Amino acid sequence: MDFPTFLIQLLNSVQYGLLLFMLAAGLTLIFGIMGVVNLAHGSFYMLGAYLAYWLSTLMGSLTLAIIVGIALAVLFGLALEWLLFRHFYERDHLDQVLLTFGLIYIFEELRSILWGDDVHGVTIPEALSASIPLTDNLSYPVYRLFMSAVCIALALGLYWLIAKTRLGMKIRAGAFNRDMTEALGINIKLIHAVVFALGVGLAAVAGMIASPISSVYPNMGSQVLIMCFVVVVIGGIGSVRGALISALLVGLADTFGKVLLPSMSGMLVYMLMAAVLLWKPEGLFKA
Amino acid sequence: MSSPKANLEILPRGVQIALGLGLVALLAFPWVGTDFYTQMVTRMLIMAIFAMSLDLLQGVTGLVSLGHAAYFGLAGYALAFLMPQDAAVSLWWTLPVAVLASALAALIIGFFVVRTHGIYFIMVTMAFAQMVFFLFFDNKILGGSDGLYINFKPSAQVFGFTLFDLENKITFYYVTLVLALLVYVFLRRLLWSPLGRALSGIRINEHRMKAMGFGTFGYKLTAFTIAGGLAGLAGYLWGAQSGFVNPELMGFHMSAHAIMMVILGGMGNFAGAFVGAFTFEYVLHVLKDLPTLQMFGKDINLGKHWQLWMGTFIVLVVIFAPRGLMGLAERFLQKREYPKGNSK
Amino acid sequence: MTALSTDLLLSAKNLTKHFGGLAAVNDVSIDLFKGQIHAVIGPNGAGKSTLTNLVSGDLTLTSGSIQLNGHDVTGWSAEKISKQGLGRSFQKTNVFLPLSVWDNVRLAAQSRDSQQPWNPLSWFKNTQNAINSIAAQATNMPASEIIKLCKLENRMHAIAGTISHGEQRQLEIAMTLATQPRVLLLDEPLAGMGVAEAERMIELLHTLKKNHAMLLVEHDMDAVFALADKLTVMVNGQVIASDNPSKVRADAKVQAAYLGEEEHV
Repeated sequence: MDFPTFLIQLLNSVQYGLLLFMLAAGLTLIFGIMGVVNLAHGSFYMLGAYLAYWLSTLMGSLTLAIIVGIALAVLFGLALEWLLFRHFYERDHLDQVLLTFGLIYIFEELRSILWGDDVHGVTIPEALSASIPLTDNLSYPVYRLFMSAVCIALALGLYWLIAKTRLGMKIRAGAFNRDMTEALGINIKLIHAVVFALGVGLAAVAGMIASPISSVYPNMGSQVLIMCFVVVVIGGIGSVRGALISALLVGLADTFGKVLLPSMSGMLVYMLMAAVLLWKPEGLFKA
Repeated sequence: MSSPKANLEILPRGVQIALGLGLVALLAFPWVGTDFYTQMVTRMLIMAIFAMSLDLLQGVTGLVSLGHAAYFGLAGYALAFLMPQDAAVSLWWTLPVAVLASALAALIIGFFVVRTHGIYFIMVTMAFAQMVFFLFFDNKILGGSDGLYINFKPSAQVFGFTLFDLENKITFYYVTLVLALLVYVFLRRLLWSPLGRALSGIRINEHRMKAMGFGTFGYKLTAFTIAGGLAGLAGYLWGAQSGFVNPELMGFHMSAHAIMMVILGGMGNFAGAFVGAFTFEYVLHVLKDLPTLQMFGKDINLGKHWQLWMGTFIVLVVIFAPRGLMGLAERFLQKREYPKGNSK
Repeated sequence: MTALSTDLLLSAKNLTKHFGGLAAVNDVSIDLFKGQIHAVIGPNGAGKSTLTNLVSGDLTLTSGSIQLNGHDVTGWSAEKISKQGLGRSFQKTNVFLPLSVWDNVRLAAQSRDSQQPWNPLSWFKNTQNAINSIAAQATNMPASEIIKLCKLENRMHAIAGTISHGEQRQLEIAMTLATQPRVLLLDEPLAGMGVAEAERMIELLHTLKKNHAMLLVEHDMDAVFALADKLTVMVNGQVIASDNPSKVRADAKVQAAYLGEEEHV
């Protein structure tokens, strides 16, 4: 493999990994702090993509669509948490699995009713539609670099929020000892709502920025959900740092796997997961 | 993670009577039903075997697997591979081979998966099942996304003597019924055996089981393997009945349906799984068959959006009847035993 | 009391456990003899629970070795150590709450059955027969006798989650006994008990002494001095005294570090 091809695959790996991280971070936070497993997490990704398509068609600009879309997605997340999820924090994982599975069906059908079953494209904004030339016939799309940049910015923002702000401190306290945190007068219900909305927001943003590349189609949520689960399992549930490292690992394994071992590419990531589990049954990092 | 639940292991008298009546109805059914409904109930019996196999894992041992359908689908595919294009293959060896194939797959995957706990177990079973799904989906040799056809029903010939003809829908029905009953009896026996008692103990308090000297990994892996093998039995029958297998049979939607069946009926006593499978399949059938209404000047095909109704149904059951029909029956029957005015 | 080598049932040498930089247990050695109750006391955080968990196999040793019934069990899992003849009760009641008292003890008794989940025989065996044949062995105590010993005959069919706290503590002991151990590790068996209940428990523990080697972790000083033949005092993960109770009581170090503080509390 020559260097420019290698560079392209590497950049693709990182971009895919960072996108997975957006989803995995939300999933792992929601599980780590509220103890709830959400099979419908992929639906938020799908929601983001469909909002990007619908709003950009409506408003003529992807940028505007993303801004409005984030607001809508967060509102939706808050409503969902308030109506349903907060009543399931104390319930069995089994009940949570079933509830969120039922939600997948509901969301898929609502999507079908609202936006139909066709595949849609989303246009890349003018400013980001260029490509950076690498060799005489290979170039790399600026938009993909933009996607990675957005993910990195959000990752840094997440780190700053959790490690450096008072809100982050309360979130971490709530994960560690819920009753004590409440006893200290901190509104744990609000914290949970914020964390849930954050998870939904991150997934939706991922869907939005990925939509021009991946297109917008039915069941796009399920596919990305599985990868997301694998990332969280490898990284360690509740660990955002683990999710980042694991997401990049999975991105590398998947992208290079497809190029170097195409017949095994689908299974490579799972074999990676199996290997990690043999060594560390609870993932690479603790919460 | 979850508080230990007492399973309804000993069925109340009222439930036993109802089940007895149900059995009579099942025995008599093909004489009163049409071909279409006989086939439908056969499918329900196959799902009942699938659900009971999962109940061993989920209801008795407390392991929530989102990947149980992998073993269901694998056996169906085994039949597809073993069946030549132009002739029927023998039931007598293909059935055990398919079941063993599923059990072996469960043993191998279980070895990796059973060492995890709680939420990890759920996610990892899902991931491994998806791996199996993609293995078949991506590879044309294995049928790819189109799946494979099974051109004949397996033959029940022994030394040239045809014992029964599975091409006959009523015969297929009775063979499936007998197998479903055998599975039920086997699992009930297992429940009260030392293995079954240990698995229940593991569900309630695995830490104490270890402290008392039980090698819990071995017990869980055994349950996982037996459950996988029995799921394979169901999958083989499914392939034989429908004549077609595709990767969807191994996907996590199928696994989630099985979980729903077990919960719907009530976990841990296998009768609940049986009833839950029938109920779920019936609800699915009704929802897919919903009529087209004329509303707001448009034709709205309610049946086309069955997933919306099914999703809502699942959510409602989880919210209002988490212990399923058996749980409701239990509550109802207890109220009847202690009429108002008595304190016990 | 002379200690014959055949009576030395458990010998733990130089046990050390590090959690990160902290040594929760630091070079602790302890010997358990049949017919003897060896109590371990110390202030909170002294490492008593950690020590118990190290001996039972619930925690892995950083260094040290353990001999049980003549076998080197260093590094063995809790299941293996239990099968080798060590039974342990928990400070926080750890019974099977949805099951009846009788079913709890039976499950514990079943642990002595040959464990071969793979063997189809175990799928078809009659569980009660299996338990009965274990109980019939000369050195074993049948479940019914254990329940009588622990004064739970009247509560046999009560669900464990519905009996009183004291009765649950008795069930804890009963389950530990049903695994037919030769060595008993008892982690605060009197925890949360009222005076009458505590007296019954002390009586029970005294009865058990004859046929077992016992390690008793306790905070209740009356019980400790009523029962202990040997007393080890731990502070900050280390042993500061280990001798006959009267000698330990008189030890100035111990008085300063622990017993003296107790009187002021």
